[in-house]
Amino acid sequence: MSETNSGGREFADRTVPVILQINGIKHELQLEPRVSLLDALREYVGLTGTKKGCNQGACGACTVLVDNERINSCFALAVQYQDREITTIEGVAHSDQLHALQAAFIECDGFQCGYCTPGQICSAIAMFEEFKQGAPSAVTEHLAETEIEFSEAEIKERMSGNLCRCGAYVGIVEAIREAFDKEAAR
Amino acid sequence: MKNFAYARAQDADTAVQLITQNQNAKFLSGGTNLVDLMRENIEQPDHLIDVTGLPLAQVEELPGGGVSIGALVRNSHLAANQIIRERYPVLSQAILMGASAQIRNMATTGGNLMQRTRCYYFYDTDARCNKREPGTGCDALEGFNRIHAILGASDDCIATHPSDMCVALAALDATVHVTGTGVERTIPIVEFHRLPEDTPQIDTNLQPDELITSVELPALPFARNSMYRKVRDRASYAFALVSVAAALEVEDGTIKNVRLALGGVAHKPWRATEAEKVLTGAKADEEIFKRAAAEELKAARGYKHNSFKIELAERTIVSVLKTLASEGGAR
Ligand SMILES: Cc1cc2nc3c(=O)[nH]c(=O)nc-3n(C[C@H](O)[C@H](O)[C@H](O)COP(=O)(O)OP(=O)(O)OC[C@H]3O[C@@H](n4cnc5c(N)ncnc54)[C@H](O)[C@@H]3O)c2cc1C
Ligand code: FES
Ligand code: FES
Repeated sequence: MSETNSGGREFADRTVPVILQINGIKHELQLEPRVSLLDALREYVGLTGTKKGCNQGACGACTVLVDNERINSCFALAVQYQDREITTIEGVAHSDQLHALQAAFIECDGFQCGYCTPGQICSAIAMFEEFKQGAPSAVTEHLAETEIEFSEAEIKERMSGNLCRCGAYVGIVEAIREAFDKEAAR
Repeated sequence: MKNFAYARAQDADTAVQLITQNQNAKFLSGGTNLVDLMRENIEQPDHLIDVTGLPLAQVEELPGGGVSIGALVRNSHLAANQIIRERYPVLSQAILMGASAQIRNMATTGGNLMQRTRCYYFYDTDARCNKREPGTGCDALEGFNRIHAILGASDDCIATHPSDMCVALAALDATVHVTGTGVERTIPIVEFHRLPEDTPQIDTNLQPDELITSVELPALPFARNSMYRKVRDRASYAFALVSVAAALEVEDGTIKNVRLALGGVAHKPWRATEAEKVLTGAKADEEIFKRAAAEELKAARGYKHNSFKIELAERTIVSVLKTLASEGGAR
């Protein structure tokens, strides 16, 4: 079989070598091109923190970070994400110190069953970055301005790609607010 | 999902060459529509040509005041681009009102243009659908057609084009730049997507071997006073029932320039030329806004569950024009 990354001159089918950089560790896999990044993480690398909810972009349970941006790993073909820096929920804490958002989710009861939580936290981490860079959202009133107020409406709109079947939204918004305020105060 | 062969192209010529030389091949960019459709067995390509490595991810100012948007610019980056936010706010807003942050981070300009309908019967492989399987019939006609078209539909298909971004592009008179085997050409956005007629399986006028390379926005100074309004069943993360993209220039109470387009109502982003004719040169008041909206919707036809869209579209047009007229050039 041919290579995947041969300058686009050849096609690869059946299984192909796929090298993924996940939470700072290089994983050399052999995958069919149709394997999603979500399935690669869960079934081939054994990182089951990232969850499969709908497998069609509707729930956000599969959210991971790629080069610090949030994406739905269910739509991502693993073979497309070589040479990128992938971060999953297993990689957000610093050694045994929880990420500020993980701690805030515990403190504010940001979950019930916890199924959506890895996706919520990864999503919120990237959302902070977007916010800090001045990226607007659909509810941003003055579109051209980069100083945006971190209002509840902004949090809800920016997090609308993550559903919670338990309806723990009040705690989720509170946790995000708290982590954000803590970070701003530092 | 059926397995397929995968290749990654590093330049546009290679991408075009690969699509020409291989049977049943498709381009792949963000994958947010294509991977979904492949999982549902609606699209079954044998070859995928990944174009995300092409050097087409820039937003560039053009000498004459326009802007060129590369086909691989991701939706989130385009919406956050400062030039777009200031000069073409309608485009930023339209994108930000679509999908979710995660999807907008993956979705590209080219993929957004080429996304397929969200008609339930198109997605349901047990239903009849002329778009999915030409000649089988259309179950939407007599079915649950709440999200379907009211303008430009045919007896073979009443599906709508689901994009928000494309509605803004239609209002802004964008042109789509494409490259094929040995030819490059530009397609005005209003001619890019097509009406269903009796061949609803064909969504656009792009040829199978053609690659979208960029979208060009012309200089349109009055588009600084522009906006997008989307009416939907949920406040966020839902497709439009009806949407309106508009840009307006009023001078001494008279409409000097106007651009108006509708989403969620047709098989393509609907440029409201009839309404624009009524508005241009007229006094900017609610009466003329209502008359213009009624004129545009005169040709509309509702089905069992979507007749509400006709009045909804009229009202949304009026409300958007009122907002733009009152804010004037203040935005
Ligand atoms: C849950 C969900 C909600 C959504 N909500 C909205 C919404 O509210 N509003 C909205 O507008 N959209 C919405 N979308 C759709 C989303 O905007 C599209 O899926 C996205 O824009 C497609 O871009 P992509 O790069 O991922 O395309 P892909 O899925 O990679 O490709 C789509 C098509 O485009 C073709 N293609 C891609 N690039 C090129 C190119 N350069 N030249 C030629 N052909 C090309 C591919 O061959 C394929 O046929 C939603 C999607 C999901 C899953
Ligand atoms: S599993 Fe990916 S969005 Fe639901
Ligand atoms: S905590 Fe159960 S789905 Fe969110």
